[in-house]
Amino acid sequence: MSSPSVSTTGSINGKLRLATVWLAGCSGCHMSFLDLDEWLIELADCMDMVFSPVASDSKEYPQDVDLCLVEGGVANSDNLALILQVRARTRLLVSFGDCALSANVPGMRNMLGGAEPVLRRGYLELADDSGVMPHAPGIVPELLPQVLPLHEVVPVDFYLPGCPPSAARIRAFLEPLLRGEAPLMEGAEMIRFG
Amino acid sequence: MTAPPAPLCLRCCTSAGCLASGAAELRQALQRAVSCLELVDRIEIRGVGCLGPCSQGALLAVDPDGALFAGVRAEDATGLIAALVRRWELEAIDGQRRPLAWTPGRGERLDTSRPFFARQRRVVLENCGLIDPERIEAAIERGAYDQLRRAVQELTPMQVVETIYRSGLRGRGGAGYPTGLKWSTVAKMPGDHKVVVCNADEGDPGAFMDRSVLEGDPHRVLEGMAIAAFAVGASRGFIYIRAEYTLAIENLRGAIEQAQRHRLLGQRLFDSSFEFTVELRVGAGAYVCGEETALIHSIEGKRGTPRPRPPYPAEQGVGGLPTLINNVETFANVVPILREGSDWYAAIGTTSSKGTKVFSLTGNVRWGGLLEVPMGTSLATIVQEMGGGAPEGSTIKAVQTGGPSGGCVPASELNTAVDYASLQELGTIMGSGGMVVMDHSTNMVALAAFFMEFCRDESCGKCVPCRAGTVQLHGLLQKHLAGDATAADLAQLEALCHMVKDTSLCGLGQSAPKPVLSTLRFFREEYVALLKPVAARATEAAP
Amino acid sequence: MSVSTLTIDGQAVAMAVGATLLEAAREVGIAIPTLCHLEGLSPVAACRLCLVEIEGSGKLQPACITPVLEGMVVRTDSPTLRDYRRTVIELLFTEGNHVCAVCVANGHCELQDRAVEVGMDHSRLPYRFPDRAVDLSHQRFGLDHNRCILCTRCVRVCDEVEGAHVWDVAWRGEHCRIIAGLDQPWGAVDACTDCGKCVMVCPTGALFPKGDTVEEKHEDPSQLVALLRARQARQGAPP
Repeated sequence: MSSPSVSTTGSINGKLRLATVWLAGCSGCHMSFLDLDEWLIELADCMDMVFSPVASDSKEYPQDVDLCLVEGGVANSDNLALILQVRARTRLLVSFGDCALSANVPGMRNMLGGAEPVLRRGYLELADDSGVMPHAPGIVPELLPQVLPLHEVVPVDFYLPGCPPSAARIRAFLEPLLRGEAPLMEGAEMIRFG
Repeated sequence: MTAPPAPLCLRCCTSAGCLASGAAELRQALQRAVSCLELVDRIEIRGVGCLGPCSQGALLAVDPDGALFAGVRAEDATGLIAALVRRWELEAIDGQRRPLAWTPGRGERLDTSRPFFARQRRVVLENCGLIDPERIEAAIERGAYDQLRRAVQELTPMQVVETIYRSGLRGRGGAGYPTGLKWSTVAKMPGDHKVVVCNADEGDPGAFMDRSVLEGDPHRVLEGMAIAAFAVGASRGFIYIRAEYTLAIENLRGAIEQAQRHRLLGQRLFDSSFEFTVELRVGAGAYVCGEETALIHSIEGKRGTPRPRPPYPAEQGVGGLPTLINNVETFANVVPILREGSDWYAAIGTTSSKGTKVFSLTGNVRWGGLLEVPMGTSLATIVQEMGGGAPEGSTIKAVQTGGPSGGCVPASELNTAVDYASLQELGTIMGSGGMVVMDHSTNMVALAAFFMEFCRDESCGKCVPCRAGTVQLHGLLQKHLAGDATAADLAQLEALCHMVKDTSLCGLGQSAPKPVLSTLRFFREEYVALLKPVAARATEAAP
Repeated sequence: MSVSTLTIDGQAVAMAVGATLLEAAREVGIAIPTLCHLEGLSPVAACRLCLVEIEGSGKLQPACITPVLEGMVVRTDSPTLRDYRRTVIELLFTEGNHVCAVCVANGHCELQDRAVEVGMDHSRLPYRFPDRAVDLSHQRFGLDHNRCILCTRCVRVCDEVEGAHVWDVAWRGEHCRIIAGLDQPWGAVDACTDCGKCVMVCPTGALFPKGDTVEEKHEDPSQLVALLRARQARQGAPP
């Protein structure tokens, strides 16, 4: 893969515009991101967090994002709409963690062969006497037939494996990017799944 | 005084193709008519092997006229016998021979001077369609087992190997390995116990050459095997045949039994110390068992999976013994080579590909069926001239050879000579002889997907690239057909084809991508036309 | 003992006749990735990870079974080989359900290790999510088909070392599956001696001791060699 360069177009103060997105995942990748601890403060010096479930209040994914870490697979209609929007508005898209990379644990429902059997299993078969199939159009997003890895839905620029990727791995990934270099994604420290 | 009426023989095709068109009923009806009219002594109803243009069945030949009728039905039987009787009556009056003036109700009389027949050179099939495969006497009358007798009594094993070597015969199973070389390798292996195996696991879609030979002239193959056994020093033989070939199995069983009874197979053959017994092994219908190491495993009662070579079967085959494996048609070439000599055989064909090749011609062609031509005959001759081209209103687009392991030759390359080298240059293979003609309506991507699905289903699952790679390749092809593929998918399809070809363990996986690579080579525009337009993706990705 | 001299990745190496290219490469410290191969078991050359280029041969050859020959020039690494090896690993990951995060073998899995070695940071091929079963009928061990890569180490160790031949492969192609006995629940197969060798040699978390949870499977396949040596020593054969 060619190494996309990181430029800072779109920002008003010369900082990189960073976003993180949470799709079908357990938020563990985001917790791991928060494990960057004091390095987050250094990061804040050179990046603006413009959208994130853990570090930003904005509800609308903004335009002209330089770098976006996407946690989780694409599991429902909301995920799908958001990732299409993210892709269109983001320069560098990072598949962040095993769920984004492979569907991982959320993807284990794929073996049941569709959304309906999953809901049936969860809401009827495993329920007590009062099992009801959830149905709330416009409120609860529809499940897609399969949870898909990000790159099977949109083009992805970088892959950062791990369940979750450790804080050290995230830092080793982000540091070269801040320098405008492509991170070296090899070796167990960087790309081991799990 | 009038000449006695010539003895009549009605040759009924009893091969699988004609059986499907009611040949068994026709034969019964003829027999009934003949016995009702008490003509059993004067008209012989003979079941024979394939008469050629299978697409026109049921076929019936009338001797001594040599007339060939197509589309004959059981209800035509009495009419034919009546016509024959009427001719006798007329001939009895003035003593003049008359041509047979009869056509079947809904069928026709075929012109045997047309290219389908005239351009054939029948070496392997010389007895096929003439003799009754169920009677060893019929084969013996035509010289069966003479060459085996001669080899055992007059030749040394080395001389036999030499003769085959110098004939230039190459394996007819597909790969084209020089047969003489294979024989000499097995002959040189030490040990008293060796095995000869006949590979009759013909499995390519649209291929029925070996079936036809086995159905029509089983002794030809048995004698070829026995001669091979004498040449390499083997005493046991196996014929590995797929269970779907019920008639071939039946005819072979009968042939083996009769040959044993005539002391042409068994022990102390022709008053020598040479012994050779043949056993049938019926395969359960796995394509991969046509691969020689998988076939050997299957004969041994193991799971039919290939193993890496070396060791080659010549060194370690059935039960660890040196084993000679040849295809049905290869063995069927042995007798004429011994009878007529290697120079005679080497004079047929081209420099690199000697002799003749049997093809089964199917698909969008007027005259489909079984035919045998000298190597080097052009595809155009076979398909256009002999096969009569595409049916009315359509044109030929490509010819597929070599089945799922082969490729497509586009119409523009039909002047290619049929030999091992020329076909390989075009990215396909001679294969065992299946030749499927496709007309302009054929979707080449769908064709590639069909063959990939075949390989996906037939993969034994032992090695990763074939087991999982064919599934991914089939998925990618389906993605193209569904109009969901991008240029990246096409690139991935091509890359994965090369990976599966280069890394698979056996021939099945190594050649599984060939139909894709071949259609990509000649019909790439059909793949490209299926790609999702780039604009559509951009719209979809817009917020 | 006669010896062949050959070159592997530019390094000259002398090996006894009969040695394999894999042994020769390891002799000079060149790592060739393997999965189905395990020292102590008969080779099957099925995973195709160890394919190498041999000068003068048009075909890639599996190092695990290709014997050394005098004058051979071997390359174990090239852009093509690297791409093919990664593809093999991707094919394995996508044909099963390898969810490392919740696997007993996480952190001790040869498939996971190979993925790192071949640089697989994601699969370029789509995941297939097959519907596969788990057999927990055995008293001490479990078999999770989701994690099985059909290397057949279990089949071979049970047949060749334990002599019980509990395991075999059934069906074909993508439907291939390891079976116990005549496709019975593992626990119902009397031939099983409960020895656990299959669990020991399994490169992934497909065979595992019951009770092991995520990351807790620590069996070491290379123990097989120690076991075989100990056996030989007891039988008085030279080690």
